[in-house]
Amino acid sequence: MNTNVKTGGASVVGVDVGGTFTDLFFHDAATGRFRTAKVSSNRGDEAIGFLEGLKTFGSIAELGSIVHGTTVGTNALLERKGACTALITTTGFRDVLEMRRRDRLNTWGLWGDFVPVIERDLRFEVNERILADGTVRKTLDPEEVKAAARRALAAGAEALAIVFINAYANPANELVALDAAQSVWPNENVACSSQILPEIREFERTSTTALNAYLQPVVGGYLRKLTDALKSEAFSGRFHIVQSNGGVMSTETARRLPVRTALSGPAAGVIAAAAISKAAGFPNIITGDLGGTSFDVSLVVEGETSLAAQTTIDFGLVIRTPMIEITTIGAGGGSIAHVDAGGLLQVGPESAGSRPGPVAYGQGNTRPTLTDANIVLGRINADRPIGGKLARLDVEAAKKAIEEHVAKPTGLGVMESAEAIVKIADGRMAGAIRLVSIERGHDPAKFVAVPFGGGGALHAGSLIKDVGLQAALVPRFPGVTSALGCVIADIRHDQVQTVNLTVAALDTEVLDKRMVAEAEAARQIVEEAGLQIERIDVIFELDMHYVGQTHTVSVPLPVTVENGSTGVTREIVQAAFDAAYQSSFSRLLPGLQAKIVNLRTSAIGRRPHFSLGALAPEPGTTVEQAKRGNRPVWFDGGWHDTAIYARLALPVGAVIQGPAILEQPDATVLVDPDLMARVDDFGNVIMERKG
Amino acid sequence: MTTKTLDPVTLAILNGRLEQIADEMDATLYRSAFNPIIAEARDACHGLYHAETGATLVQGTRGLPIFVGAMAFAVKAVIEKVARDGNLSPGDTFLFNDPYAGGTHLNDFRLVRPVFREDKLYCWIASVGHWLDIGGNVPGGFNAKATESFQEGVRIPVVKLFTKGVINNDIVEILSANSRVPLSNYGDLNGQLNALDLGERRLDELLDSYGNDTVEAAFEAFSNRAEAMMREEIRALPDGTYVFEDYLDNDGITPDKLTIALDLTIRGDEMVLDFSRSSGPCAGPLNIAYSTAAACCYVALKHVFTSVPANAGCLRPIEFVIPETTLLGVKPPKPVGGYTETILRVIGVVFGALAQADPARATAGPFGTINALSIAGYRDDGSRYVMFSFFGGGLGGNPESDGLNHANNPISMATIPPAEIMEASYPVLFTQWALRPDSAGAGCHRGGVGAIYEVEAMTDADVFLLGERGVYAPFGVAGGGEAALNRFTWQADDGEHSPPLASKVADVRIKPGQRVRIEAPGGGGFGNPKTRPAEKVARDVRLGFVSREAAREIYGVETDAAGNIDMTATMKLREGAAA
Repeated sequence: MNTNVKTGGASVVGVDVGGTFTDLFFHDAATGRFRTAKVSSNRGDEAIGFLEGLKTFGSIAELGSIVHGTTVGTNALLERKGACTALITTTGFRDVLEMRRRDRLNTWGLWGDFVPVIERDLRFEVNERILADGTVRKTLDPEEVKAAARRALAAGAEALAIVFINAYANPANELVALDAAQSVWPNENVACSSQILPEIREFERTSTTALNAYLQPVVGGYLRKLTDALKSEAFSGRFHIVQSNGGVMSTETARRLPVRTALSGPAAGVIAAAAISKAAGFPNIITGDLGGTSFDVSLVVEGETSLAAQTTIDFGLVIRTPMIEITTIGAGGGSIAHVDAGGLLQVGPESAGSRPGPVAYGQGNTRPTLTDANIVLGRINADRPIGGKLARLDVEAAKKAIEEHVAKPTGLGVMESAEAIVKIADGRMAGAIRLVSIERGHDPAKFVAVPFGGGGALHAGSLIKDVGLQAALVPRFPGVTSALGCVIADIRHDQVQTVNLTVAALDTEVLDKRMVAEAEAARQIVEEAGLQIERIDVIFELDMHYVGQTHTVSVPLPVTVENGSTGVTREIVQAAFDAAYQSSFSRLLPGLQAKIVNLRTSAIGRRPHFSLGALAPEPGTTVEQAKRGNRPVWFDGGWHDTAIYARLALPVGAVIQGPAILEQPDATVLVDPDLMARVDDFGNVIMERKG
Repeated sequence: MTTKTLDPVTLAILNGRLEQIADEMDATLYRSAFNPIIAEARDACHGLYHAETGATLVQGTRGLPIFVGAMAFAVKAVIEKVARDGNLSPGDTFLFNDPYAGGTHLNDFRLVRPVFREDKLYCWIASVGHWLDIGGNVPGGFNAKATESFQEGVRIPVVKLFTKGVINNDIVEILSANSRVPLSNYGDLNGQLNALDLGERRLDELLDSYGNDTVEAAFEAFSNRAEAMMREEIRALPDGTYVFEDYLDNDGITPDKLTIALDLTIRGDEMVLDFSRSSGPCAGPLNIAYSTAAACCYVALKHVFTSVPANAGCLRPIEFVIPETTLLGVKPPKPVGGYTETILRVIGVVFGALAQADPARATAGPFGTINALSIAGYRDDGSRYVMFSFFGGGLGGNPESDGLNHANNPISMATIPPAEIMEASYPVLFTQWALRPDSAGAGCHRGGVGAIYEVEAMTDADVFLLGERGVYAPFGVAGGGEAALNRFTWQADDGEHSPPLASKVADVRIKPGQRVRIEAPGGGGFGNPKTRPAEKVARDVRLGFVSREAAREIYGVETDAAGNIDMTATMKLREGAAA
């Protein structure tokens, strides 16, 4: 059943704008046809590359809908390039944003300071007070808010956040303030915390609301520019944005809640990897995106991505809204290898990035990187570099750098040193994978590594062995994974509401009413997005703990709204809590009271099934035709004569014994001597142990 | 130890794997703990320790720094107990809080468990966490008036909580009977057991895949590496003896100051930390035991030499001189409940002495007090409550940056429980939670700004505070200025009061609607304030961190109220200041 009528044609284009390239994935649901494109990003005016990319698929006016994964919000946060923003808050609390939770930058070492996104002279106090139980202790004079808002405007503020203490328990004063502020504010960039995050903890709520305001003019302006550009091309379909939770939202919602785009780009990649792997028969995966400076890992269990309730973008910049949980470690292709004062070989966290980049790029760096080691070992083809910008890589320079900085201080040979660099980097990547899998109680033998981006497939084989994973799956087009994710992601809206009641004191009728209301509100936002969907699922979760604890466990409730009620009972809540607590900590504490802290509601609009079979290679090729010859590659202490294949030319069902290297324009797949690779029905390469 | 040598690759991998085990034990306890001092403030620590010596093999990266230093002594206390009693079996777990046997103060409960491999003791794993209340005169334990340990709470020597996997519930009942908040303690105990279970499981898996010998050889290699790195750091400092002194306001009983004096000697790649000239044991709770003193020196050194790994090897080149005749090496039953204040001062003097050896690695004095505040009373329904928290201040200016505003102390990574959590949990109302103007030490890089917290009681309430820096301010280095003093006040029917002993009170009673107020210091400054760029001073004026008067008098910068610089007047004020 299609609950929504779409406008425009049947085609959907996913657009992933990265720092260097804009990747696009075009899919026509009517014909099942797909195409990909890659164009240069235009940093600062992304609309140019965006339109240029769309035009490779023909007339933009003919496109049905566009779904966009963006890093504009992420970059504005990391580079502190948001708008001039003001804050209005309760008397006595204007410094909450700057005081944080009284943390510091590093466990060891006391240097470094912090500048909040809203400076102190743009943080204004007004007389009002709500108590923890929601009682209004002091009502608000709207004139005071108007005066503060006028001062903020006079000081140049473009966006305004309103955060009152205990507003999660009663938003009354905030709503009065919002109304007053809107009456004098010249644009739409005004919001109060109870709209953004009605959840206890003043710093986290203030930070999230402030960062939302800080991003609003930037992300809003960017989206308006894109919308106008699309309009000028006579595009009449829907234009949507991927959120950090891996779901899609309308541009209207994105302009209201830009803080939810902070991990938009990477989230789309995880969504696609999950879908590709599930179709291939692997519902449990660990995605690995190896970039120039970092390795980003995310866990997918039974096809479901893991969401973190809170993410720290940078020291003191906390966003509390569900985001796909991405664990980042400082190990990328540009990570520099060195021997520390204690004689231990280290790879990273210092990185040469993509500029100057590895030594072999000849752009001025002289210290060896992980990519240099891969080049020296013969794993990366020096004559055909990825990305196509350089004609050839300088292997000798890379060798010299490894000799100087690693071989000499450790007494190892140059080749042994290069292999050690790769092994240590592999070890760190394995550590990141272990962190998200084994350490959370998952059995690695049931998981498959899914590398995407350019470099991950070089290391996937060793990750299988280091962590004890079942296999690795390299998608057919690792470089456009995020753009594909834009096309297949569901529509999603998450809400939270603090409850603060013990199970014993719970009036289940009141809770039921609240759940029904939350579900209705979330469902409406999903419906209004206007993309074609098959159905809307509403999911309820409670944040619960024993009275006295402050951290909570996430408790999924096995109920749905039917005939205006969820049918929730005290017994259902208690049983769900016991099960969730037991699985987290192995020890229940019978006799102690359980308490509901927050109610979380998510509405998910399921998109029509996307047949990934469309990605499979055309029939008619053979393994022999795909073979590009042999070259020596270093594995396990010696050179191995290694077969080289053009990956995209391999037919379905092809089986390649390691050692082998599969090359394609945007990635290199390394098949270790003790592994074998096969091409599945979708064109994915599956790597497994031999035998 | 074995003599097996390991390749650098295996070593690097095992290093990461072992650290992860300790990290995950930390994370398990934070998530399942009951009291906010562990759950929010992370007042806990986990690690792996040497089977025979108890020396620290591996520590988590997020554990409370002061515990990281002290745990080796705690495990040693268990080893001594086993040597006396015999009978060590798999499944045993020891529990204690004895501050004189490798503890810190009575609130910190240690759980120590042997890990057996092939019927032989392989190593120890341990967990420590701060429990909310363990009896004594003052709810929460920070009794500023204690003259004996017995007034601070119940002291539990090393006892066997589990024998071969079976819990001795009698011990749990004794603990419960001696606390104002038995359920909270019970929850924390279970959280610590969760952490040990998990650590043991993970370690077993690791040993199964790498082999006992390999991991044991790695432990030895890590210690050697830490030692080598520490020696390298020490060798880089000029030989000589560097002298630094700082003071505690008083011991809570008499108004006399207490001196912490350090003679730090660098000789080649070795360092001597000699505290012999410090004051003798005091009557009040500001004493510490030898193990605590050594542990906080370790913390101070780790903050300066950040790349040296956290294991026992890094202490090999260090000689400690901490005589029993000083307040830093006391024996029972001298009270130690205020240990937090004393160790902050010990860490400070290490910073101060090292700043003389190498100003390029200096850190000015952090705010230097935890301001342990308890507000206790009865809710309307008759139930008892104890709101306990400790508070922040500014870090010291340093060669790289201004000090961090409103940070935690160097002894911990504790985050502060939010005002909204406090208000939802206890009948209190915060009326101010703010940065404190003119609280930071002036400097080319000024100190971090301190904080003001004001709390109103909604019931009759007893108030207890154990703080410091009410008489002696956080110091500046390399020409930087002192920060503001700590200040504590409370309202009474006859007006505002402050403690006769500056920063310590017990048994103050306030009524509903009356408030208590902490004004915490900032950090000391680094470098001559007259060399601070005028625009930065003007910015501080505009933001309200520095008053116009202070800008003029101390920084030599003339500004108007909006923070605009009067260049002519400023140049005149700054004439003759070193660039």
